[in-house]
Amino acid sequence: MQKIGVFVCWCGSNIAATVDVKKVAEVLKAEPGVVISENYQYMCSENGQALIRNAIKEHGLTGVVVCSCSPRMHEATFRKTCESAGLNPYMVEIANIREQCSWIHKDIEEATEKAIILGRSAIAKLKLNAPLTSGESAVVKRALVIGGGIAGIQSALDIAEAGFEVDIVEQSPTIGGNMAKLDKTFPTLDCAACILTPKMVDCAQNEKIDIMTFSEIESVKGFVGNFKVQIRRKARFVDEKKCTGCGECMQKCPSKKGLNDFNMGLNTRPAIYIPFAQAIPNVAIIDPEQCLKIKNGKCGLCAMKCNVNAIDYTQKDEIIEREYGAIVVATGYKPISLENFNEYGYSSYKDVVTSLELERLMNAAGPSDGHLVRPSDHKEPKVITFIQCVGSRDTSGCGKPYCSKICCMYTAKHAMLIREKYPDTEVHVFYIDVRTPGKNYDEFFRRAVEQYGVDYIKGMVGKVYEENGKLMVQGSDLINNEQVVIPSDLVVLAAAIEPNPSVRNIATMVTASIDTNNFLTEAHAKLRPVESPTAGIFLSGVCQGPKDIPETVSQASACAAKVIGLLAKDKLKCNACVSHSDEMLCTGCSVCANVCPYGAITYVDKEFRLGGGKTEVRRVATVNDAVCQGCGACTVACPSGAMDLKGFSNKQIMAEVDAICKR
Amino acid sequence: MKFSYYPGCTLKTKAKELDLYGRKSLEKLGVDFEEVKEWQCCGAVYPVSRDEVATKLSAVRTLASAKQENAKLLTLCSACHHVLKRVNDDMKNDDNIRLKANNYLGLDEPYQGETEVVHYLELLRDYVGFDKIKEAVVNPLKGQKIAAYYGCLLLRPSETLKFDNPENPSIIEEFIKAIGATPVKYPFSNECCGAYVSATNKEIAVKKSTKVTDSAVANGAEKIVTACPLCMYNLTENGNKKVPVYYFTELLAEALGVKE
Repeated sequence: MQKIGVFVCWCGSNIAATVDVKKVAEVLKAEPGVVISENYQYMCSENGQALIRNAIKEHGLTGVVVCSCSPRMHEATFRKTCESAGLNPYMVEIANIREQCSWIHKDIEEATEKAIILGRSAIAKLKLNAPLTSGESAVVKRALVIGGGIAGIQSALDIAEAGFEVDIVEQSPTIGGNMAKLDKTFPTLDCAACILTPKMVDCAQNEKIDIMTFSEIESVKGFVGNFKVQIRRKARFVDEKKCTGCGECMQKCPSKKGLNDFNMGLNTRPAIYIPFAQAIPNVAIIDPEQCLKIKNGKCGLCAMKCNVNAIDYTQKDEIIEREYGAIVVATGYKPISLENFNEYGYSSYKDVVTSLELERLMNAAGPSDGHLVRPSDHKEPKVITFIQCVGSRDTSGCGKPYCSKICCMYTAKHAMLIREKYPDTEVHVFYIDVRTPGKNYDEFFRRAVEQYGVDYIKGMVGKVYEENGKLMVQGSDLINNEQVVIPSDLVVLAAAIEPNPSVRNIATMVTASIDTNNFLTEAHAKLRPVESPTAGIFLSGVCQGPKDIPETVSQASACAAKVIGLLAKDKLKCNACVSHSDEMLCTGCSVCANVCPYGAITYVDKEFRLGGGKTEVRRVATVNDAVCQGCGACTVACPSGAMDLKGFSNKQIMAEVDAICKR
Repeated sequence: MKFSYYPGCTLKTKAKELDLYGRKSLEKLGVDFEEVKEWQCCGAVYPVSRDEVATKLSAVRTLASAKQENAKLLTLCSACHHVLKRVNDDMKNDDNIRLKANNYLGLDEPYQGETEVVHYLELLRDYVGFDKIKEAVVNPLKGQKIAAYYGCLLLRPSETLKFDNPENPSIIEEFIKAIGATPVKYPFSNECCGAYVSATNKEIAVKKSTKVTDSAVANGAEKIVTACPLCMYNLTENGNKKVPVYYFTELLAEALGVKE
């Protein structure tokens, strides 16, 4: 005979204000099998948990139903409570009477009735529960960091510092990411390269860190603690181990028309190149689109000039496979394409540039050696107009609905630096709002206005057009309530940022969830901000949401702390709610194995007795408990109903439905 | 493919050339079209108000009659096109307007936005094809520098009109190329001409129209083409008068050799 205890939580007034908790406890007490039914103000508190523990001991309970908040919130709490009182943790069921009842209803009578139904349904399921024990799996003590920008670099350094091995996989030929392209950084105006490149060098010199640049993730299999990852090391046509980065090849290369990505395409580079002076690894790469030798077999100058024979025109992509315990996604961002914003004339006029392009125009290592000139005629601009929120906070469908968060600060930085270095220059900024929360941020913005005399205009720009050699910026000045037209020499667009497009593919491979803007979703917006809902996948930097450098670095370190916590364990408890197959029903059709995202299902030939001394050998599915994550895909797909999930069996779910429908 | 042609009131009065040359060109291009029988006013500006259903009814009658003919509704006047397209969108997507309008009209079969509204320029681009027009041209307007003027009604709201890129449209420029002339690029082809403000504040209308015509002339335009009678009025009356303004159908008829 089952002895069930029901515990109804008030959650302060969260539940009690809309649900008559006493009545719920009373009614549920009358359910067959229920021996005790209590209600308490905060069931998750120490006293509330003690109530449950005591009841288990006193009444010898075989199962517990807690009517409270979502199981995502406190299922683990109550399982631990029960376990400490000697009850199998899987003999606990949660009836969610907060998120699915009190919070969404107003009428007390109706909400109370629904809470009772939810309680009954949990009791019905609990009656079919069986004690479950979880297995254990080993943890591979190595982490993978996808993306080598400042987020990935910081996460990798912190993980390595704790003594674990880390691989950084970066799709471009060097680590450094967007930060390497920046000139100065707000709010302290220190040079981006000066603070970033030492970290890049640390990565390269740290023996625990293995950097794989010009590489992409090909596939990810496995689960937390045991990921198997295939990495495509794309052909760079230069042997990374031999190349010394002397740069002789770059000097000699006759094909110099490739657009320099590092300088945002503002100038050109040779077909064989090192992305920038401080690139890590400091190794050349050949652009096969531009290389005369690869394209038509004529040339080969670089190979002749190379003293260490590092050039290999026949190099092919290589796929390697490695195992990891944890994966950090740090894929970063890119500015949005401005093709939808013809009003600003970005594609029509050379002197309309993005803020990231301006960074290169102002950088000493940029295309104009740090001398700010406009791209069209290399003349110094005398009037510069900035347009903020280009595609940010845009609900028209052309841009992004969110605030890109970094643009107000970097625009203030640009404006200030220009006024400092070229005091004759007139600087205007169109803005919707100036948003500068953060330590020393608002002071920074005010300095731009008050000390440097930057002209901030509240309003949006309707059109940028050329007239008599000037870029006419036509916008509204909402404070003076007038239309203004500012003849400018250079127009700078603060383009919205969006997640790096590669993130979609990676999210699919690691089964991490992604939101409508392609940002990765965190496990809990407030309490688990650096973890993905998928165990073993961690989020670092802008892939999770817009952030500036200080915030990215904080998050990257937080992410590393979580990874270290995971890798420090020798064994992980597996999910007990795994799938299993009923061999009598299984027809060996392979449907379940095809839908299993974890590769947990294999097939064996098994001998079955048919009666009358006859036997038959059939192919049936078996589930690897350590690999199965209990997602349930196989149970839905199985055409013969052979696959079932422990803790969520078809029978249990039908019992819940019956309890709900019963009047 | 059959088109129900909707001329609208202005094309029968002030903008007779727009209509006349439009028809002649269609005949020359072999387009199967027939004027909507007993067509009514599109409703002018009133149907675009969100909460008035009665003002939309005459537009719905026109749309429903094209549906009955199993034809696409061909429009030429920018304003009529704008109104008919937006009312059609309401009938398709706004449950409240659809229900009330159908209750009023009591048609044999409720109208639910089934008709496709096609502007003459869209017909040239999507159904005839600019390549075909190029072939049909007997009198190419070689060497003529022509500025396209779109105004607002054809382009916005772009998510409903779906006519062309509202910030950087190109359909009239493509048309100009097809009739053998050279399109002139200037920044104000999609700016406001002043519209109805001309009736109450002439000064603003003059400012708006002059900005357009001045810029077109400064960029080398010898002619401006438009599809809109209201734009035609403003640019000719309130513009700088240094540049003649034509309906695009007149130049099309000229190029096709059907202008008398």
